[in-house]
Amino acid sequence: MAAYRYGYSAVLFILCGLSVFLVTNGQETILTGDDGAAAVDSPQTVTETAEQTAEQPAVEERQWEVTEVEEASPDEAAADKQDASAPETLVPPSVPRPKDDFQEELVIRPLHSGDIYASFQFRTLWETDFMRGNKVSHYRLFPKSLGQVISKFSVRELHISFTQGYWRTMQWGQPFLPAPPGAELWVWFQDSVTDVDGTWKELTNVLSGIFCASLNFIDSTNTVQPSASFKPLGISNVTDHRFLRYATLPREIVCTENLTPWKKLLPCGTKSLQLTELPLFSLQAGLAVLLKSEKLFHSSFHSQAVHIRPVCEDWQCKTTSWELRQTLSVVFDLHTSGQGKREWSLFKMFSRTLTDACPLASSSKVYIDITDNPEGEQFELIPATPLLSQAVVLGDRRTFSVYDLTQQITFGAVRSLNLLIRWKSTEGDMLRPLLHGERYVAGYGLQTGEIHTLMYNNHPYRSFPVLLLDSVPWYLRLYIHTLTVTSKAKDNKPSYIHYQPSKDRVRPHLLEMLVQLPPNSVTEVTVQFERALLKWTEYTPDPNHGFYVGSSVLSSLVPSIVAMDTNSTQERPLFSSFFPCKEESSYFVRVYTEPLLVNLPTPDFSMPYNVICLTCTVVAVGYGSLYNLLTRSFQIEEPSLGLAKRIANIIRKMRGVPPL
Amino acid sequence: MGLLSDPNRRRALISLLTRLNTPICLVCYMAGVAWFMGLAFEPFTLRTYMSENAMGSTMVEERFPAGERALATGREFAAHKKKVGGMPVDWLVKTMQARGLEVFTQSFSRTLPFPDENKERYMVKGTNVYGILRAPRAPRTEALVLSAPCSPGDNNQAVGLLLGLAQYFRNQIYWAKDIIFLVNEHDLIGMQAWLEGYHHTNTTGMDWSPLQGRGGSIQAALSLELSSDVITSLDLVLEGLNGQLPNLDLANLFYAFCQKIGVLCTIQGKLQRNDWDSVSGYSHAVQTMMLMVMKQASGRPWGDHGLFLRYHIEAATIKGINSFRQYKTDATTIGRLLEGMYRKLNNLLERLHQSYFFYLMPSLSHFVSIGYYMPAFGLLTVILLLRALDLWVQLATPPTRTEDGVADIEQSSPGVLSVLTPLVISHLTGVALYTLPIRFQEMAVEHFPVSETEAVVLTAIAVYTAGLALPHNTHRFLSGEGTEQGWRVLKLVAVLYLAVLLGCTALINFSLGFILALTLVPVAAFVTPHIPKVLSAFILVILSPACTLLFSVFFFQELQEMPVSFQDGWLLYLSVISQGILDHFLYGSLVYPLIALLVYPCWLLFWNILFWK
Repeated sequence: MAAYRYGYSAVLFILCGLSVFLVTNGQETILTGDDGAAAVDSPQTVTETAEQTAEQPAVEERQWEVTEVEEASPDEAAADKQDASAPETLVPPSVPRPKDDFQEELVIRPLHSGDIYASFQFRTLWETDFMRGNKVSHYRLFPKSLGQVISKFSVRELHISFTQGYWRTMQWGQPFLPAPPGAELWVWFQDSVTDVDGTWKELTNVLSGIFCASLNFIDSTNTVQPSASFKPLGISNVTDHRFLRYATLPREIVCTENLTPWKKLLPCGTKSLQLTELPLFSLQAGLAVLLKSEKLFHSSFHSQAVHIRPVCEDWQCKTTSWELRQTLSVVFDLHTSGQGKREWSLFKMFSRTLTDACPLASSSKVYIDITDNPEGEQFELIPATPLLSQAVVLGDRRTFSVYDLTQQITFGAVRSLNLLIRWKSTEGDMLRPLLHGERYVAGYGLQTGEIHTLMYNNHPYRSFPVLLLDSVPWYLRLYIHTLTVTSKAKDNKPSYIHYQPSKDRVRPHLLEMLVQLPPNSVTEVTVQFERALLKWTEYTPDPNHGFYVGSSVLSSLVPSIVAMDTNSTQERPLFSSFFPCKEESSYFVRVYTEPLLVNLPTPDFSMPYNVICLTCTVVAVGYGSLYNLLTRSFQIEEPSLGLAKRIANIIRKMRGVPPL
Repeated sequence: MGLLSDPNRRRALISLLTRLNTPICLVCYMAGVAWFMGLAFEPFTLRTYMSENAMGSTMVEERFPAGERALATGREFAAHKKKVGGMPVDWLVKTMQARGLEVFTQSFSRTLPFPDENKERYMVKGTNVYGILRAPRAPRTEALVLSAPCSPGDNNQAVGLLLGLAQYFRNQIYWAKDIIFLVNEHDLIGMQAWLEGYHHTNTTGMDWSPLQGRGGSIQAALSLELSSDVITSLDLVLEGLNGQLPNLDLANLFYAFCQKIGVLCTIQGKLQRNDWDSVSGYSHAVQTMMLMVMKQASGRPWGDHGLFLRYHIEAATIKGINSFRQYKTDATTIGRLLEGMYRKLNNLLERLHQSYFFYLMPSLSHFVSIGYYMPAFGLLTVILLLRALDLWVQLATPPTRTEDGVADIEQSSPGVLSVLTPLVISHLTGVALYTLPIRFQEMAVEHFPVSETEAVVLTAIAVYTAGLALPHNTHRFLSGEGTEQGWRVLKLVAVLYLAVLLGCTALINFSLGFILALTLVPVAAFVTPHIPKVLSAFILVILSPACTLLFSVFFFQELQEMPVSFQDGWLLYLSVISQGILDHFLYGSLVYPLIALLVYPCWLLFWNILFWK
C-alpha cells in the first residue's frame, strides 16, 4: 500500500511540474500537490497570490471583494460571458500546479416572505481528456463513477437534477438554479456516438444506479429531443439536436437515498474518503457538514443537481477541462420551522455550525445576500463581516456579505461560525419576477380536457420572446388544431413552432414555440386533448392517483432589472450609462411550470372476479341462446305415437297393411 | 333458454304470462314497494366500513387547540361584515396573508333568469376569497378544499374556525397536498363561479374573473356551515347536484371521527337509534332514508359541496345544528374533528374510489348499496315489460273474427302516423313547458298583476294544464276513427319508452327514478280507452308528475316533522317549482328538463290513450 502510494504521488508530482495557466478566482488560495501525497512524503506548498494578501480584511471596514460572482443561471449566454470574463491568474511556470481544483460556496438569501433560501455549489475542475481513447485511471477530486460514465458513453454534457417541491417564483423570486419537480435529465452526446438512443438507454440505467433513483423509467415514451430550448452550456460547436436527449420524471420522489450518493461525489462529503486520505482532519469538513438530511428534508423546497460540462481553461481556449458542478438548493419555511419568529441561524437551518473549510478546496466561502439591507435596517447579521462582494445575478445587482472559511479569523474565538440573521422589520416589497409561468388542466369529465399554460410578462414596458417547451405523454392525445396563443385578448402568432406528434406507446408529443410576450401581459397557450383508454396492463399500480405530465419549460432572455433602473447613475459615471451595455441588458432565465396530474378513465380493478363472472354469464346465456335461436331451423314435429301403436304398426308392416 | 326455442313451451309460457298478467303485475308492484320499505330495516342493511386503506389503518392525533380564538376571529369577521355590509374582502385577504397563506380573490357576477324570491336576489355580484396553504415539498399537483360560505345570515363561526384551522395547519410540516381555504360569497352561486374558474369551464353563462392561483387537481372538499352559536351536533349532508353522492368513504371518515372524538353526529338531522327491532326505531330509519330519497330526487345541491361532485371531487357539507340541548360541542372539538379528517384525507394516495358511489343511508352507521336497492326498482319496471309483452302478443295474434277479412286488413295496419303524431305533439308540449315560462315572463308581468317569479311558475302550470287539453284527439283528424290496434301500438310504444326512461333515470339518480316509477308505472299498467273515463282521468291527474311533486312537498314537510297547512304547502309548491327552474339555469340541474322534455310527454301519451276513440 505504501509503495503504491509513493509511486502514485511521485507521478503526480512530476505531472504537477508542467507549466500551464490556471483559472481560479483571483484571491483564492492555491493548494498544490495531492493532499494524500502531502501527508505521506511530499512537501506541502501553499502559495498565496498577491491579491489574497492584499485583501487581508482590515477590521471594521467594509471592503469590496474583487471577485466576480459567477452568474448562477446555467445558460449559454451566461456561460460564454463567464468564460470570457473570468479573471485569470498567471501562475509562474515554476510553481507546480494541480490539474484539478475544488471550490465550495454557500449562498444564503433571506426572502421577503420570511423564508430563507440556501444554495450550495461545489465545483470541481479537472483538466483531462476522457475522450480520444486514452484511459483515465487516476482520479483525485473528480469522482471516478462520473468520469467513467463520461468516457464510456461519450457524454459531452450532462445535467441531472432531483427536486422535491415546486419553486414559488411569485414569493421567492427567481432561483439561482431552476429545476422542475421530480427528476430531470438532459445530455448532449459527442458527435462520434452513432447509436444515440441505445447509449441514452444505457446511460439512464447507469445513472439510475449511481443516484439511487428511478431514472431507469426513462424510455422512449418520455424522452424528447428539443430543437431549441436546451443548448449546450459548455464549450461546444455541436448544436445538432440529434445528439441531445431530454427527459423528466415528474413523479420521482427525492429523499435521503438520493442525497447520500450525491454527497459521496464530494471530495469532502463522506466519511470513507476522509478516513483513508485525511486521517488528521475531522470526519467531515467544509460546507458538507451542513448537509444533514433530517434538516434538508424538513423544508419547503429541496433540489439537488449535478452538471458536467467542458469549459475553457483560459481565454484563448487552448486547453479545456471538465467542470463538475454539484448544487443543492433548499428553502426553509418560516412557519413550520421558525415558530413564527423571524430569525435564522446556520444551526437552526442545518443543526450544525461551520468549523473549517474543506482542506481540499481552493476556495470555501459563504455569501449572504444583503442587497435589500444595505444599512442593516431590514435584518441584522451576526457576526458582521467587513468583506463585501457585488455581482449581477439574474439581471439584478446584488450585494453579498462574504465569509471566507479558509481564514481562521472568520471563525472567531469560539472556532465555529454560526451565522445569525435576525429580522428587524417585515416591511419592504419584493421585486416582482419579470417572467413567471403557470399551468393547469381545464374541463371536467374523463373524455377530454384542455391544457392551459399561462406566461406572465411583468416587465412594465418591454416585450421579450419566450421559448416554450411542452412534452406531453402520448396518452393525452393533443388536438393540435385547437392550439391557441392569446395575449391581451388578441391572437399572438408564434414566430417558430416545432411540433412532433406522438406515437402511441412509442414517443410523447413535443411542442416548442417561440412566443413574443407583450409588456405587462399574460399570454395564454391552450390546447385540447383527449384522454386515451390504456390497456389494462399499462395502468400504474395506483391508477386512481392520476398520471403525471411533466412541467413545461420557459426559456427566455429577460430584460435585466439593472437596465430598467434609471437611477443607477448615482453609482456609475454618467458616460458609462447612456447606452445599455450588452451583458447587463438581458439575462437568461429558465422557468418551469408545475407538473400536471391528470386522471384517465380507469376501470374498476377491484372487481375482476365480478367482471369475469358477468362476462361469462352474458356470453354463455345471452349469446349462446340467441345464436341457437337464430341458427336453428324449426319444423313441426309429428306427434309421437304410443308404444302400443308402434308395435301395431310393425305388425301391420309385416302383414303388408298400411300403418295407422 | 331451451324454453324459448321450443315453440310449444314458449307458447305455454307466453299464455301463462298473458293470462296471469294482471296478478303478476300487482304482485310485482307490491313486492317492489315492500322491498323498498324493507331497505330501512337494520338487519337487511350493511354496516359501514372504511374501504380506503390509506385512511383506515393510519392513526392521526388531533391537537387543534385554538377553538376559542377561532370564535373570536369569527366575531371579528362578523363585525367587519357588518361594517362593510357584505363580504369583508380586504379584511379576509389581510387575515389570511397574516396566517402565511397565498391569498387570491375572484370576482363574479350573474344575472338570474328571474328573481329568486327565497333568497331575494336577482343581479348577483360578489367576490370569493381563498388562501392556499402550500404543502412543503409538494409539486402543486393535489389539493384539498375547506370552504365556508359567507352568507348574510349567520355563518361567522364557520369562517372563524376556517381561519383558525388555516393558522394551525400552516405550522404543520406533514401536509402532502395543498389545502385551499375558501370563503365564498352568495353560497352556491359563488361556489359555482369559483369551481368554474378553477376548472376554466363555463356551463351556465356566469361572468367570473380568472383565478390566479391553483393547487392542482382537487381530491376532496368539505364545506362548513355553523349557523348557530351553540352547536349540539354535526350533521352530514351528502346529496349533491343531480342526486350525485360523494364516495361513501367520506361519510365513513366523518362517522369514524365523530365516534373517536365523541361528537354527536346526525344525518338528515336525525340521530341514530339503537332500537331497530321496535316499530318506532324502524319508522325512524324509514324516515331518515326517505328524507335522503326525497332530497336526492330533487336533484338540487343541498349544500355548497353539491357542485364539487360534477368535477369528480368527493365533497360533503358539515352542518352544525342546535337541537339536542343536553349535548354541547365546542369549537375546539369541531376543529379537532376537521383536523383529523384533513390529516386522513392528506394521507390519501389515490382519489377516494374504493367504496360505494351509489347508496342510501338509513342511519350514519348503516347503508344500502346499489345491489340492494336496485331490485326494488327492477320489480317496478318488470311490470312495464310484462305489459309490453302482453300488448305485443295481443298485436301479434290475429283477432278472433278471422272470417271478416276486410276489417282484419284495416286493423292490422294502424299506420305510423297515428302513433307518431301523438308522440310529436306531446313532445312539442314538453318543449313549450321547458321554454315558455322563461320566455314569456315579461309579457306575463305586463298583462297580469304578478311578480316575475310568480309569472314563471304560473306560466309553467298553465302550459302543463293546457297540455292536457291539446293532443288527445289528434288521431281522429288523421285516420278518422281510432282503431283498437292503434291505441295498442301507441301504448306499446309508450310503455317501452317509459321503461327506458325510468331505467336510465334510476341509474343516474335512483331516488328520482323510483319515485317516478312509483306513480307512473300504475298509470302505464292500467290505462286503456275502455275504462270509466272520469274516474280514470282523475286518477291519471293525481298520478301525474306535477301532482307527484305536490305530494312530495307535503310528504317532505311531514318527514321533517314540520307539517304545513294546505295553503302554505301550495306556496311552498310554487317556490319549489321556481327553485327547480332556477337550479337548472344556475347550476345545470337536470331534473326540470327531464320532467319537462321527457317525463311529462310520456305521461301525455297515456292521457292520450285514455281518451282514444
